[in-house]
Amino acid sequence: MKENDCKCEHLWAEFNQTLEKNSGNRSALITVLHKAQELFGYIPREVQIRIAEELEIPLADVYGVVTFYNFFSLKPQGKYKISVCKGTSCYVRGASGVLERFSKTLGVGPGDSTDDGQFSIEVVRCLGACGLSPVMTVNKDVYALVKQESIPEILDKYAAEEVQESATDTLQRDQRET
Amino acid sequence: MPMISLTIDNKKVEVEQGTSILEAAREAGTGIPSLCYLKDINVVGVCRVCVVEVKGARSLVASCVAPAAEGMEVLTNTNRVRNARRLAVELILSDHPMECPTCIRNLNCELQTLAEELGIRDVRFEGERTKHTADNSSPSIIRDPQKCILCRRCVSVCEHVQSVKAIAPQNRGFDAVVSPAFEAGLAETECVNCGQCSLVCPTGAIYEKDDTTRVWDALADPNIHVVVQTAPAVRVALGEIFGMEPGSVVTTQMVGALKQLGFNKVFDTDFTADLTIMEEGSELIERIKSGGKLPLITSCSPGWIKFIEHFYPDLLPHLSTCKSPQQMFGALAKTYYTGKAGVDPANVFSVSIMPCTAKKFESQRPEMNSSGYQDVDVVLTTRELGRMLKLAGIDLSSCPEEEYDDPMGISTGAAVIFGATGGVMEAALRTAYELITGETLPSVDFKTVRGMEGVKEASVQVGSLNVNVAVAHGLGNARKLLDAIKAGDADYHFIEIMCCPGGCIGGGGQPIPTDLGIREKRIGGIYTADEKMVLRKSHENPAIQQIYKEFLEEPLGHRSHELLHTQYVARGKYK
Repeated sequence: MKENDCKCEHLWAEFNQTLEKNSGNRSALITVLHKAQELFGYIPREVQIRIAEELEIPLADVYGVVTFYNFFSLKPQGKYKISVCKGTSCYVRGASGVLERFSKTLGVGPGDSTDDGQFSIEVVRCLGACGLSPVMTVNKDVYALVKQESIPEILDKYAAEEVQESATDTLQRDQRET
Repeated sequence: MPMISLTIDNKKVEVEQGTSILEAAREAGTGIPSLCYLKDINVVGVCRVCVVEVKGARSLVASCVAPAAEGMEVLTNTNRVRNARRLAVELILSDHPMECPTCIRNLNCELQTLAEELGIRDVRFEGERTKHTADNSSPSIIRDPQKCILCRRCVSVCEHVQSVKAIAPQNRGFDAVVSPAFEAGLAETECVNCGQCSLVCPTGAIYEKDDTTRVWDALADPNIHVVVQTAPAVRVALGEIFGMEPGSVVTTQMVGALKQLGFNKVFDTDFTADLTIMEEGSELIERIKSGGKLPLITSCSPGWIKFIEHFYPDLLPHLSTCKSPQQMFGALAKTYYTGKAGVDPANVFSVSIMPCTAKKFESQRPEMNSSGYQDVDVVLTTRELGRMLKLAGIDLSSCPEEEYDDPMGISTGAAVIFGATGGVMEAALRTAYELITGETLPSVDFKTVRGMEGVKEASVQVGSLNVNVAVAHGLGNARKLLDAIKAGDADYHFIEIMCCPGGCIGGGGQPIPTDLGIREKRIGGIYTADEKMVLRKSHENPAIQQIYKEFLEEPLGHRSHELLHTQYVARGKYK
């Protein structure tokens, strides 16, 4: 993802501001990585190189931090990020089955996203709601006491949102054009 | 520093405040085994091999990171301690390939030695094993993470000594691996190939690329004329592989051994070290006279060259355009020497024996073929030569002593000191002084530029000019000088930089172990060798005078520019 070929100039503009503010400041690494993850949805190589240069941290260290923390990812995340908890409590109450069902339905495993960029799956450890396990989230929506059978319904909800959004877009475009 | 007293195994010990328990015990003569610990460089307490019992402490403590305290009672040799150490090593071994007999570090491996000392006869744990593939991308260094025990010594030396940090721990837990970013091959990174990591690796996880087979094959071919050059620093270290004291000067035995191996001609890189002084000295005078770029910085050390190309490309005009002595030799072996000897350069195979892993990279740089062929065909490190001699059944200590061949085996004391930090500077001053003033030096020794201090400075009166010089060894120290130049705070005429601590005697291709004490002894050997030479100034070398008369004409002349000078590449920090 080069600055000029990613069709994300506006993201780079914002990210460059963050970089400039933290120029030469090694201790800002985590903050800057958070910003990158939030803006780009993942932390591609070009972004890590810019961080290394601007914060004056060896690239091997930047990559070391990115690969140490689960929060940062090296691959693009889906628009809807499904996080299935596999902490102890969720694990014993069937999280593996839930995860497997998601993988089967979407055709991608944990750490990957669907070809259309809509959904990605990841495994997390303990969301702090063990009493309601198994627990999972889709972006900021929390689902408790999840059953395998309810998975199609959950996915449908976001697919429907997509249809809605694209209808709104078309409507807006039509209105602009007329 | 105030002193504190404690007891170690019921023995009263006094140490300076701030000393670790491990160092306190070692000062008192009590051995505590360690693995990840590397004094002053890697003090991280990750391997848990150096654990001891401290009275009142809840659990065992890692003695390398725990400071000794007043009144502390330490026990280093209890059942609990021995069991914990054994457990730590067993757990490391449970994910180790156990290929000892075929490993490059067989019989010179700290993990192997430790397992022996702890009496481990069985590894109780069988479980999942990590799977990594070796990185063969670099012409200098191979990394085999399968044998890595994650001690981080290589990471520390790369970061704290060389200020490069091309490698770091990546991922987490069972997936953790020491590697460049994005698991790239070393060749694709800012690694300078210095090989300091290979010197500190306790196992066989980082080592020199072994090129001995190509040399054996050339030696076995009767149609190939095989010539060899030996670097100054090899002669004071090779003996260690055969059990001699570090710093033993084994020049004549080494020459005898190389002849026994079957090399057609055994020459000396010292010859072109003398030539370097003529060329670089002339370049310095030229730059001072014509208002050229100053300070002039030496260019003998290929790790240093790659460092400045990556990290300070804007300072490249400061570098001398002189090739390193190895590459000057290579260019002349297939032009000057073949012309004199009546040999077809196409049939010449040129080998060099170097204390250095970066020299392998240097010989393969695309511009290093000014003879019309690759100027140096194969570079072997001191360790590889040791291996060849052992394979041939040659014991260096009983090898017949022989002299280098003419004409590229004739050299001076000024050339041999190229092997130690400050040596190139001292050699240059010896010649510059006499050539500029026309007077004989009262003493050839410039002791201010010698020794292990990281950055050394001196001011030398040469005729009407007060020449300011600086010397740095280890790239972390080089960085300090470069930053000073960038900031405009460096009022020097001439700077010598050697990539490795102590200079080439501490190079990444030297015998293992190479530590501070051993470096100092090798430096001692270098100056002993210098003192024993009849000629000690490069311009007095008759073979150098002859090559200018017969072939090169004059320093910085047309032919010199073609064969002995080069240019550099501005590389990005991260490609």
